Amino acid sequence: MKNASAASGAGYAYGLAAIGPGIGIGYLVGQAVQAMARQPESAGQVQTTMFLGIAFTEALALIGFVVFILLKFV
Amino acid sequence: MSFPTTTQPNVLAQRMEGPSPAVAVAKDLARRGVMIAPASIVLGAVFWGTDGALSVALGLGIVVVNFLLAAAMLGYAARISLALMAGAALFGFLIRLGLITIAVLLVRNEPWVELVPLGISLIISHLGLLFWEMRFVSASLAFPGLKPPPNERRIIQEPEMNPVEQQEQL
Repeated sequence: MKNASAASGAGYAYGLAAIGPGIGIGYLVGQAVQAMARQPESAGQVQTTMFLGIAFTEALALIGFVVFILLKFV
Repeated sequence: MSFPTTTQPNVLAQRMEGPSPAVAVAKDLARRGVMIAPASIVLGAVFWGTDGALSVALGLGIVVVNFLLAAAMLGYAARISLALMAGAALFGFLIRLGLITIAVLLVRNEPWVELVPLGISLIISHLGLLFWEMRFVSASLAFPGLKPPPNERRIIQEPEMNPVEQQEQL
């Protein structure tokens, strides 16, 4: 019973932690692409900011993944 | 009859030329990752022994490869079109998350893998490297290597003299 609960919790943690960053990255990239298309001369700056934004957002999914492995296997 | 007053940019027809700034940032992150590796591995060894050190090294390696892979995908796609870059960013996120999951699940039963230091090193090195990089990117957003030296920055930051003071000095 306890193992089943831990497994369910791990699955929810991983799944929910992937949804949020997915939405965030979608919004971030959409806005960045629009900015690059409107102002191609600042595309370099926008891409740098976008890359860092994606990496920061991805950290949330990584935290969810770590919670998943700790709940499931430790 | 109405005519459109503004034109929408076509993201399918636009692309980025030249070296990718994302690749430059990722290489910088990888260089810093190599710099912090010895200290991180020693910390892992102190708290969890040899297995901890190996797990911390694995976590750091996964983070660095993840950064490089993300930048390579973005840079390659941006040279084709901005729309493809958006797709690469979104599907790249899923693909890389899947690769990290596979990489960890493949080694989790190995005797030298400790999951706690591996997880801690994944989170701390990812966020730590990003915050460290932010210090340099904020100075020169597009190309971190072009950050001005401290002397030049001080000159730029000095307030300009107003015209009355300039005339008084003359």
